[in-house]
Amino acid sequence: MDAEAPRAAVSWENGTLAPVDHLRSDRADSPTPGLVEGTEPGAGQKSAMFVRAQSFEDLTAESEELIQREAQLDKPIESAEELEVLVGEKSIEEQHNNDVASENRTKEEDVSSEAWRSHRKHVFVLSEAGKPIYSRYGTEEALSSTMGVMMALVSFVEAEKNIIRSIHADGCKVVFLAKSPLVLVGVSRTCQSDKELLRELQYIYYQIVSLLTLTQLNHIFQHKQNYDLRRLLAGSEYLTDNLLHRLDRDPGLLLSAVTCLPLPSSTRDVVSSSLQAAKAKNLVFSILLAGDRLVTLVRKKDQFLHHIDLNLVFNLVGSSSSFREGEGWTPICLPKFNTAGFFHAHISYLEPASDLCLILVSTDREDFFNMSDCKQRFLERLNKRSAYQSLKEALKCPSYSVEQVGIPELRHFLYKSKSSGLYTSPAYPVVYQTDEEQERLMGLYQDLHSRLHHPTRPLRSLYRCTESENLMAWVTSGFELYLCFSPLGTKALAVSAVTKLLKWIRKEEDRLFILSPLTY
Amino acid sequence: MGENLPRVPGGARLRCDTLGRPVQTLRVKMVLLGGSGVGKSTLAQRFVKDEFRMTTPTVGCAYLTRVVHLSNVSLRFEIWDTAGQEKYHSVTPLYYRGAHAALLVYDISKRETFIRAQVWLKELEKHYIEGSTVVWLVGNKGDLEEDRQVSVQEGQGLANDRGLFFIETSALSGDQVSNLLIDVAHRVYECTGAQQGGLSEWQEAPLGDLHHRDTSSLMTSCCKVGP
Repeated sequence: MDAEAPRAAVSWENGTLAPVDHLRSDRADSPTPGLVEGTEPGAGQKSAMFVRAQSFEDLTAESEELIQREAQLDKPIESAEELEVLVGEKSIEEQHNNDVASENRTKEEDVSSEAWRSHRKHVFVLSEAGKPIYSRYGTEEALSSTMGVMMALVSFVEAEKNIIRSIHADGCKVVFLAKSPLVLVGVSRTCQSDKELLRELQYIYYQIVSLLTLTQLNHIFQHKQNYDLRRLLAGSEYLTDNLLHRLDRDPGLLLSAVTCLPLPSSTRDVVSSSLQAAKAKNLVFSILLAGDRLVTLVRKKDQFLHHIDLNLVFNLVGSSSSFREGEGWTPICLPKFNTAGFFHAHISYLEPASDLCLILVSTDREDFFNMSDCKQRFLERLNKRSAYQSLKEALKCPSYSVEQVGIPELRHFLYKSKSSGLYTSPAYPVVYQTDEEQERLMGLYQDLHSRLHHPTRPLRSLYRCTESENLMAWVTSGFELYLCFSPLGTKALAVSAVTKLLKWIRKEEDRLFILSPLTY
Repeated sequence: MGENLPRVPGGARLRCDTLGRPVQTLRVKMVLLGGSGVGKSTLAQRFVKDEFRMTTPTVGCAYLTRVVHLSNVSLRFEIWDTAGQEKYHSVTPLYYRGAHAALLVYDISKRETFIRAQVWLKELEKHYIEGSTVVWLVGNKGDLEEDRQVSVQEGQGLANDRGLFFIETSALSGDQVSNLLIDVAHRVYECTGAQQGGLSEWQEAPLGDLHHRDTSSLMTSCCKVGP
């Protein structure tokens, strides 16, 4: 089941994803919002590291195909009322079922309780036979009949040659994503749009595929339709739990991008070239992380990593303490690269207590010692050129304060360079120190994001005043920008802030972004 | 290598025996097998650092090293701590192939893990060559005496029947863990190390892939052991 030699970029699902080399002769010091893609602050100089990061659309493209397919079908979707009746019955089933719930999981929760119902966001994964595979809250056993009802809904609508996409009822959205052989269901009380919820379900789907490959999933269910997939996912639920947690908190998953460790470009160049030099025949990607920030990424020529795959790697590394002990060696499927096969990743921290984690992705399952050797060569080179010390120095301040930008009333922002697929944002200021406040701010950004990327009425810019902050969002062909001001900010101030901020990011771009990504 | 370069734990120093002759360092491949949650990783941590920390389930496999000094030889244990989860089973043969020592770990408070260990044993017996691998049955979580589901006699009985060594340990308290490692070291050295070409010598910068290493340690090779 090993990955074949990596496929060329052209053969990827969407043929247009290969990045185009941009000539950037004009890197203006005072960039204007009208900049075209590839010249915005943070845009890479030679070529992008990632598969083209238009990716919000890329990510939801498949679901849009569904919408189109659906539009071509003659029958309209079932009316919400009819479906609500079915949803109502669910609760009876639940109570019924609760009596026989087993009690061997720590996430044991009374699934008929009000507390269980009032969780902001539920996620369920089931097989097409209606067998539970994953539930965010409560045990799958206790929820098996609930999931049975979910599957019944899906097949009921399908039998009419139609597709169920969502149910809106009672302040609650139920979103369905059928990705054969799996069905994913999200139940949300947040104000996120269906599209955003679908995007999150897609992530969960890819998380599961990255553990097993789609080929293996299909194989299993072809042979045994009512297979209990939890057997194979046992011990990995925490990865999905953690990914869901990240989806609520990590701007990278919202923006379809990753962020970098701020680092003087001279240091980053040495780190990158040391990594570039430590190559091996089957090595495809070398990734150096500092916590959940990218230090550098070196890739094989013509091979690009998709930001979803990279975010899944971030999730794997960030969720597991096991890589801190010794060197990890694990099969991993990068679903956006190839859903059919495994890569083999050598994952280890540079030092046991350090945040620096090196991930070397090879196509050969017997490559452990080669990868281990690459790591040693990388470390030796890094030390010889005394970059290790300056790297560790930079780790001491992995973020920057918004005050450095010098824009009054500006509290926080997210800036994503579309062509590089990288984003930058300052540390949370004092007002957003608690987890609740940070999640609330992320909720506001999510709301702006779904309005900008509305499936039928997309916006280019948006200014919004709430009780506790004023927000602005702006999307161009080159960048996406989300700004959060104190309630004292004004619209005029916000508009003038954009130019000032772009100018600042341009000045700092070689520290905040990876401008010259390398290949082996 | 510079001063601040992180080093692989267990890197061997040059040691001399009582007569001042340098002691050889031989490589021992050891694999930890067993169901998930029986404590393979915590045992491995005890072997390497003598500390206990709760860990998340192992992803794939973890590779750790630890050097054990015997009176006239040093053994560099290259420990493959495998994941107990079923989804990784297809890659596990990679790790027990050519192993000099295999620890079959179960949790004394969970009967199903004892059964699981027997499944692993069968799997192992299919592949191993008589006399080249010493196999230990390890009942871990000895600290959970009140929840015990597998008695000492049962463990010992299975070990006797199948010609395995047996021990009960506790990675939590550290009880018997270092004894186990020392025992394994002695047995491996007796069984394979003393033979001509049984164990390969460890050099500062080992190269070569997994496959290459396996064959070199089985059929050997240029690195001679013994006088």
